[in-house]
Amino acid sequence: MCTATWTNVQKAHKVVMMKPVDSVAVALTDIPAGTRVRVVCGESVFEVEVLEPIDFGHKFAVRPIAAGESILKYGEVIGRATSDIRPGQHVHIHNLEGVRGRGDQLAKS
Amino acid sequence: MRNHVLILPTITCAAQAAHQITQLVSGTVSFIHQHGCAQVGVDFEQTFRTYAGMGANPNVYGVVVLGLGCETHQARSVAEEIAKSGKPVEVVSIQDHGGTLMAIAQGARIAAAMVADASRLMREPVPVSELIVGTECGGSDACSGISANPAVGWVSDAVVDAGGTSILAETTELIGAEHLLAARAADDRVAKRVYEVIQAMESRAFMMGVDIRTGNPSPGNIRGGLSSLEEKSLGAAAKAGSRPLQELVDYAQRPSKKGLVWMDTPGQDIEQLTGMVAGGAQVVLFTSGRGTPTGSPIAPVIKIATNSHMYSRMGDNMDFNAGTVIEGTETIEEVGGRLYGELLAVCSGKLTRSEILKQHDFGIWRIGPTF
Repeated sequence: MCTATWTNVQKAHKVVMMKPVDSVAVALTDIPAGTRVRVVCGESVFEVEVLEPIDFGHKFAVRPIAAGESILKYGEVIGRATSDIRPGQHVHIHNLEGVRGRGDQLAKS
Repeated sequence: MRNHVLILPTITCAAQAAHQITQLVSGTVSFIHQHGCAQVGVDFEQTFRTYAGMGANPNVYGVVVLGLGCETHQARSVAEEIAKSGKPVEVVSIQDHGGTLMAIAQGARIAAAMVADASRLMREPVPVSELIVGTECGGSDACSGISANPAVGWVSDAVVDAGGTSILAETTELIGAEHLLAARAADDRVAKRVYEVIQAMESRAFMMGVDIRTGNPSPGNIRGGLSSLEEKSLGAAAKAGSRPLQELVDYAQRPSKKGLVWMDTPGQDIEQLTGMVAGGAQVVLFTSGRGTPTGSPIAPVIKIATNSHMYSRMGDNMDFNAGTVIEGTETIEEVGGRLYGELLAVCSGKLTRSEILKQHDFGIWRIGPTF
């Protein structure tokens, strides 16, 4: 688990990135849009401008993710992107879908 | 650890009378439920196992089994199963004892005598190797997998290393993390069972033609930042620590091995809790990000906040704060060590919030229709 703290307009914002291979990091404070963050996890270093407000506990992308690509957290797959996601964008149910237990997709096919 | 006299209604028709007895006699506990009649096959067996396991739990001194008389789950059969544990068990039937009021009087009289006997016993030291600790997460948020669940995993390892047993459960919330646990299975048979129970649980969503995400993660999980079942599962699996997985047991089945054991339960909090307690868990470590009042009539449930905001907001319900990991003021190891101390204190008599608030939750995982 790698954490990072940095300052923006005299207010500290914290994030955690669980594994170096991950495509997302988790905000441990509310982070306003426009905040520039530096996320360091092992050898992975990302300079990200947070593009939209990220609430405490929510995720943002640290690298570009293409539609259909697997999204990684804890070094494991947590779902796939339903649209292209830019670094700094909020990653949640609007652009990430689970792939397990999807009886709805089986019912459609 | 605890020494309750349990008034056990084997049928929903007797649950109100059982509750009335607990109002009359201090030292007794009971639970309201909707089960016990017109059940068949594996569903009948699972409910039977749950009743018998609740009665046989080491936190119960003696049991008054209260039935109606005509139901499928006969009070006498449940009592015979509990009696194998060697504790005092008596049967009261509403039909045989002349109706509700007479059954309450008879049950209260028996219970009062049991409470008097139980009160004479003194506490004795018991090693951690005798402990069966249930682990659970409910109302998860994005902090669960970062703070409280890894801290519970640390305690799980400590209990296992001391020769005790730690139960991992909620099969639903291990979908997406099963490969990590199968890799830790003690042998191939256990690894194969891991994939079997996961597949069976996932198939239920397939059969219903639904996205499991409509129910799990729940709306509260999603507000807390969890986006998919897989993400929730990977955080939930952290409760299992790092020791080998020794066994995979059915719902409400008592583990035959010590160490880390997986019980096949749904993710629904109360059904999971009931299964683990019926399987012999004397104490439960329960993490929550959103906050929860959950408790058991017979087992202390230590509720652990994943974040400090919720811990201060839900102080009535939460016993322990692991949110210090999020603030960076404590490490997982430090919180784990503190939690292990709290676990031993509760085992030695310290009351949990859910015990103080009489939060006596009970619910059986039904796996068949009622007829």
